Amino acid sequence: MIRFTNVHKQYGDGIDALKQLNLYIEQGAMAFIAGRSGAGKSTLLRLIGLIERHTRGQIIVNGQNLERVRGRRIAIFRRNIGYTFQDHRLLNDRTVFDNVALPLVISGYTHDEVRKRVRAALDKVGLSSKERSCPVMLSGGEQQRVGIARAVVHRPAILLADEPTGNLDPALSLEIMHLFEQFNQVGVTVLIASHDMDMIRKVNKRIIILRNGRLLSYAGNSIDD
Amino acid sequence: MTSPARSQLPGKARSRITAWFVDHLRALISSLGQISRNPVGSLLTIAVIGVSLTLPAGFYVFLENARVITAGWQGGAQITAFLHTDISDDQALSLVQEFETLPEVARARFVSRDQALQEYRELSGFAEALDALEDNPLPPLILVEPRLEGDKPETLRLQLQNRDEVDLAILDQKWLQRLFVIIELVERVIYIFSSLLAVAVLLIIGNTIRLGIYNRRQEIEIIKLFGGANSFIQRPFLYSGFWFGFCGSLLAWLLVTVCLQFLKTPINTLAGMYASEFELLGISLYEGLILLLIGSGLGFLGSWLAVQRHIREIEPA
Repeated sequence: MIRFTNVHKQYGDGIDALKQLNLYIEQGAMAFIAGRSGAGKSTLLRLIGLIERHTRGQIIVNGQNLERVRGRRIAIFRRNIGYTFQDHRLLNDRTVFDNVALPLVISGYTHDEVRKRVRAALDKVGLSSKERSCPVMLSGGEQQRVGIARAVVHRPAILLADEPTGNLDPALSLEIMHLFEQFNQVGVTVLIASHDMDMIRKVNKRIIILRNGRLLSYAGNSIDD
Repeated sequence: MTSPARSQLPGKARSRITAWFVDHLRALISSLGQISRNPVGSLLTIAVIGVSLTLPAGFYVFLENARVITAGWQGGAQITAFLHTDISDDQALSLVQEFETLPEVARARFVSRDQALQEYRELSGFAEALDALEDNPLPPLILVEPRLEGDKPETLRLQLQNRDEVDLAILDQKWLQRLFVIIELVERVIYIFSSLLAVAVLLIIGNTIRLGIYNRRQEIEIIKLFGGANSFIQRPFLYSGFWFGFCGSLLAWLLVTVCLQFLKTPINTLAGMYASEFELLGISLYEGLILLLIGSGLGFLGSWLAVQRHIREIEPA
């Protein structure tokens, strides 16, 4: 569950990234955050993942007021969130297996458990055979899928995806979307920031459209940007 | 994927102690991995630390040996009574017997002009210069060892000086007192140097770790993004610092031992010339372990200082 109440985000240089944002996303929902670049899509995800702090208003994530999540609690809070990035942000000096294992290692899983879960996650994204490869040896689509495996391997309650299909062709993008749908079907709240309206319309999910930091619309797939 | 477990705390099945142990083992291995991934840089760092620690360790060994050598000297005063050159050996020998009857004298030994010349030839290195002389310029002398109890050696010296046969009596103690003062001074200088070098080791390790943190910035950001606590992130760096210090002090131990081996032969020759039983002291196992402890401690402290400053600065972006 994610609730934004009158949330305002101003960056240090005086630019207002989000203005008076009110938003509610229920547990287990899947939604797209659409809008042009600079509309505040990434900022929205970054506020939920506590990468940035909001300036005013209130954000509640899974019953926790983010205002109160400080110090050591930040790390614990983030363990319940999975993140994927447009540029994948994989560690190139490690194998695919080790990249995906990272969130589990951080959370202190046993060796056997790590192996089991990483294999399951890689199997899910169809990369079982690439376990020993280095990320640089993979294609863009494969790297994105490794990123997704890493984002879900620790079974987070919320999955935040920042432009996951930014560099992919339409067929691959749709494939990635189906992956997200599958995670959503087992109860993960999925939030995807994307500017690719064609792709978004093909997936029948809620669309939150931002423009200049304000909520423009909040509806199903019939809205045009 | 089965079901998304919301607030599932992993590792709960394991006891806290096991988890703690496994975390540290993981950090230990990962720190060795970090070091081995940059072998040239790591070896250079270890070499610098090794050399920096070799100097204080070498100074320490030098001081220990100096203590051993001078321990027997304290109070070992000796009066050298130079006789007039016209005193014959027989006259001198009867003088020795007379001196030995004195209650203040422990022992007296006669050194004839020929013996003195021989000794001088061997020890001074001026053998050729001596050959050029027609006459033996050295006077005969009597070495008198005063009894430690009783009067001050100075009164005995005066007594000997007043004898007609004696040209000059010298109490060889002033140089000894000066030597002890010099040793004390050297000791303090060595302490200062050692402290400075320890600080240097601290800075070297701190800087190496700082660069390590900087190079792994991206990784640190990702780890923080997926909920890695600062303690989790800093652990491998602390272990790296520990390893640098440990390996550096191991190297220092080795270097000092090698240097001592190199010096052993000339020092034994020198000791032999002074008819001394002196054996060069090396680094004992106990002292070696102390060296490792100090090196590792400095490594840990240096990396801790770097980690405190720099890991907090990195936040996911």
